[in-house]
Amino acid sequence: MLSALLVMALGAVLLGAALGYGAVRFRVEGDPLVEKIDAILPQTQCGQCGYPGCKPYAEAIAKGEVDINCCPPGGEEGIKKLADLLGREFKPLSGEHGIEKPKSVAVIDEATCIGCTLCLQACPVDAIVGAAKQMHTIIAAECTGCELCIEPCPVDCIRMEPLAVTVDNWKWQYPVFALNQNPAQ
Amino acid sequence: MIRELFSFNGGVKPAYNKAPSNRQPIAEAPLSTELVIPLHQSIGGIPRPLVKAGEQVRKGQLIGGPDGNVSSAVHATTSGTVRALEMRRMPHTSGLSALCVILDPDGRDEWIDHAPIPWRTLSAGEVRNALRDAGVVGLGGAVFPSYLKINPGKQGRLDTLVINGAECEPFITCDDMQMRERPDGIIKGAAILRDLTQARQVLIGIEDNKPEAVAAMSAAVERLKAGGIADRMEVVAVPTRYPAGGAKQLIRVLTGIEVPHGKRSTDYGAQCFNTGTAHAVYDALDLGRPMVSRIVTVAGNVERPRNYEVRFGTPMRDLVALCGPRPDTDRIIMGGPMMGYRMPDDEVPVVKATNCVLVGSPALFPPPGPEMPCIRCGECARACPVDLQPFEMYWFSRAKIFGKAQEYHLFDCIECGCCAYVCPSRIPLVDYYRFAKSEIWAREQEKEAADQARQRYEFRLAREEREKQEKAAKLAAKAAETKAKLAQQEAAAAAGTGGADVATADPKKDLIAAAMARAQQQKAQVAPVNVENLAPDQQAQVAEAEARLALAAVPVESKANAE
Repeated sequence: MLSALLVMALGAVLLGAALGYGAVRFRVEGDPLVEKIDAILPQTQCGQCGYPGCKPYAEAIAKGEVDINCCPPGGEEGIKKLADLLGREFKPLSGEHGIEKPKSVAVIDEATCIGCTLCLQACPVDAIVGAAKQMHTIIAAECTGCELCIEPCPVDCIRMEPLAVTVDNWKWQYPVFALNQNPAQ
Repeated sequence: MIRELFSFNGGVKPAYNKAPSNRQPIAEAPLSTELVIPLHQSIGGIPRPLVKAGEQVRKGQLIGGPDGNVSSAVHATTSGTVRALEMRRMPHTSGLSALCVILDPDGRDEWIDHAPIPWRTLSAGEVRNALRDAGVVGLGGAVFPSYLKINPGKQGRLDTLVINGAECEPFITCDDMQMRERPDGIIKGAAILRDLTQARQVLIGIEDNKPEAVAAMSAAVERLKAGGIADRMEVVAVPTRYPAGGAKQLIRVLTGIEVPHGKRSTDYGAQCFNTGTAHAVYDALDLGRPMVSRIVTVAGNVERPRNYEVRFGTPMRDLVALCGPRPDTDRIIMGGPMMGYRMPDDEVPVVKATNCVLVGSPALFPPPGPEMPCIRCGECARACPVDLQPFEMYWFSRAKIFGKAQEYHLFDCIECGCCAYVCPSRIPLVDYYRFAKSEIWAREQEKEAADQARQRYEFRLAREEREKQEKAAKLAAKAAETKAKLAQQEAAAAAGTGGADVATADPKKDLIAAAMARAQQQKAQVAPVNVENLAPDQQAQVAEAEARLALAAVPVESKANAE
């Protein structure tokens, strides 16, 4: 009886030690789920979800504090991917956070710009170049289209322009079959 | 010795329709009244425009400089005046516009000064730059810059250089006619490519439905062998089966090498160039002439189908007009009926990718019948020359499950159209693959942009944090400095005798003291008004306030000293 108890106790101690060692040795820094969610989010850093960036929103989703349908730039597709990842039900985009828009970039009207640097401070990805009392301009390739620079501009010289379709980024359309083969009839 | 040939799976045998256009020799297309030369004619970066409106240019002058690692130059294709740089419709299915150089020819067709490039004495890098600046790109249809393909591969030297004269697509005969009429240039170009890539052997593959081309090329090889140019070269007739002219298919037929998914043929010691590209390499290096024209087949619904040597930028309308289009013409296709692209209109220019201008009509290419459901017969898989499963890719592309389509190696699809050709349900399979491919590309680009944005955002956060810390450190340092100074002064004050002459140590303090004294004096000079008939309690209030004021006006140090 005693030996059986001792064997069990010894086993428990050994297994506990092994588990404890493993937990220290193979410790995972951070929450991998947050990284996975963050990889799906569009990284616009626009804050439309109510969090100050995509990463904080990802963290909030991982904690279950917030729904998955608060990201307008990610759109329906982003919500579907999040639903797949998290095993949650798909929900349409919540209207209070904004609507899905075609991808745009900000453009500064350089004649009107007074060089106040307010937009520089607002840009989450440092895509605006300029200095005090110097004209500012936007690096279109870096702009995420978050619209955060529009509100602080005192002279309203920033506007959003949808990305133009060029020969290089044109996409083949989904094949559709014309039901009426002979429109003349 | 009869060479052992190999075979690829699948393929189809469509009606070739080559005879009408290969009966007459290649003719020079006349100069159009306006040339529209797009800057973006090859795969890779868009060349930078190097000319301005109003500038005089000569034939062969550089008008678009290569931009980036993968890019090829563009040249003026005749002499004349640049009228404008403007957006014009491109020979592209989308019908979108891109930047073009509009040239008004002066009719003299004057070349720039050009001389042969002594490529044997140049380093490999210099030869590559010369080919890039001569605008040499693959003329088989993919327009990939040729200079990027000229390297001996991972093994240090190439085993087999394949010169592709198969020309398997129906209607097209431009390579056929070039091989018949200009075999020497092709073989000299192939010899240059052989020496640049250090290839052990050169195999010129020609489909056996072109006996004249095989004969002409074989004769030229024999002739040039005497001069040592055509060493280690062999002309091989390959069985006629579409798409034997695909690079990987021809390599497989000639060498038996089957290039696996995700690998390049150079990894297995084989590289493939089109016959037209070989001729362009000869023109560029041995003659010093950049690429300004190519041979284009005009065929289909025209009275006089023929091959023309056409300057890039010639509107397709002018070219088609030479051949007498029939009245029921309703479309122009760039390329052949299997892989060609329908053009948005007939104004678009001939570019480096234009091997054929195929004129269509409803009678020649009747509209496809209604698309029926897939019956899973598997004909498409039997016809696929790349050994893919077209029906699987079709289902997933149709359902927009792109990840799965990619798992079935969608990107190995060469869009040859065999699957759609054999499909009994008339499903436009290639349209689905093109749709899926462009969607996947767009998503990948979005993902890259998102990763970049994430990186920049994280960098910004780190920078803000660093700046905050730097600011705090600066403030702390300053505070410590003032504290030290104050302590020093107090020490000095304690050491001094005390009283009014304490401040003499610091001239700034003297100044402050003097200013305060002046202010005091001024205040004293101001006589109070309305004080004549005040009630005694008011008088008392005033006196009290004045006392407080006087107390406040006493300098800090005096107060400290007074205590």
